[in-house]
Amino acid sequence: MALFEAVLELADDHLVLGHRLSEWCGHAPMLEEDLALPNMALDLIGTARTLYDHAAKLEGRGRDEDALAYLRGEREYRNLLLCERPNGDFAHTMLRQLYFAAFMQPYWTAALGSADETIAGVAGKAVKEMAYHIRHAGEWVIRLGDGTEESAARMQEAVVELHPYTGELFEEGAAGDVAELPSRAVMRGAWTATLQPIFAEALLQMPEVPYPQTGGRSGLHGEGLGHLLAEMQSVYRAHPGASW
Amino acid sequence: MTETPLWEVFIRPRNGLAHKHVGSLHAADEVLALQAARDVYTRRGEGVSIWVVPSVAITASDPDHAAENFEPTADKIYRHPTFYDIPDDVGHM
Repeated sequence: MALFEAVLELADDHLVLGHRLSEWCGHAPMLEEDLALPNMALDLIGTARTLYDHAAKLEGRGRDEDALAYLRGEREYRNLLLCERPNGDFAHTMLRQLYFAAFMQPYWTAALGSADETIAGVAGKAVKEMAYHIRHAGEWVIRLGDGTEESAARMQEAVVELHPYTGELFEEGAAGDVAELPSRAVMRGAWTATLQPIFAEALLQMPEVPYPQTGGRSGLHGEGLGHLLAEMQSVYRAHPGASW
Repeated sequence: MTETPLWEVFIRPRNGLAHKHVGSLHAADEVLALQAARDVYTRRGEGVSIWVVPSVAITASDPDHAAENFEPTADKIYRHPTFYDIPDDVGHM
């Protein structure tokens, strides 16, 4: 069951972050971003669906992707705390996306050679999507960081607030090391290499983090996740099994 | 966002065809304009290449000159290639 749990963790990361991005739909500062953010949300939710479906089959207890996504409570969700952080302002959203994509891009690249065909398949699609998320979010981080006094201050605030959540990216989940998935710790080099030039151009300092925030993988979440799930799951729970 | 520049977007649907004007968008600079064009105009697999051009770089003909610009061609039907039979081997022109 270690693979099931590891795939479920990944699926939770993608669904929760995808849902967060989708909250911008109709609220983005300009029409162009109002399309770009849901585009990225749909990339993540698409990946989540394939992973949930795969996890359901690995588990083999009759649950399907909907049961895994909509019928588990907050304590059963295993997503990274980074993924559930509130959208905040545009600086927060773009930095959160950059942190996540800069990790997932090398992760999926390593997963291309997985012995698990579904995982290798997801990786093939996701590497291209993550490359775009890095580019899109990175260009915004650069422009906000090296923009006006106001945007620079907000960008640096976002770094200070979100950086403590990045350590959890590199921790193995509750399932531990699984042969079919890449080791997370080794991604730090690639992650830092992606961020450094962006931070340099954005005139941002990468802070030291004495006390990293972790706990998502053991189901210990911030208070925001409960609200997110309540909204996301309400339709399914009111109308179980409904279809379009 | 009133000072955000306007860009015209051109998409090439596939190799061998010309870029075609598809619309416009607002973006702060050319890099963000390209990204926005990708997100706004290629969501359904519309293209393989994107051009963005600052709208201010386009000089347009004056609608008041439409009569003198375009109407003189109306009676010169001999300029249309409809008097020639195109051999089948030529294919799509």
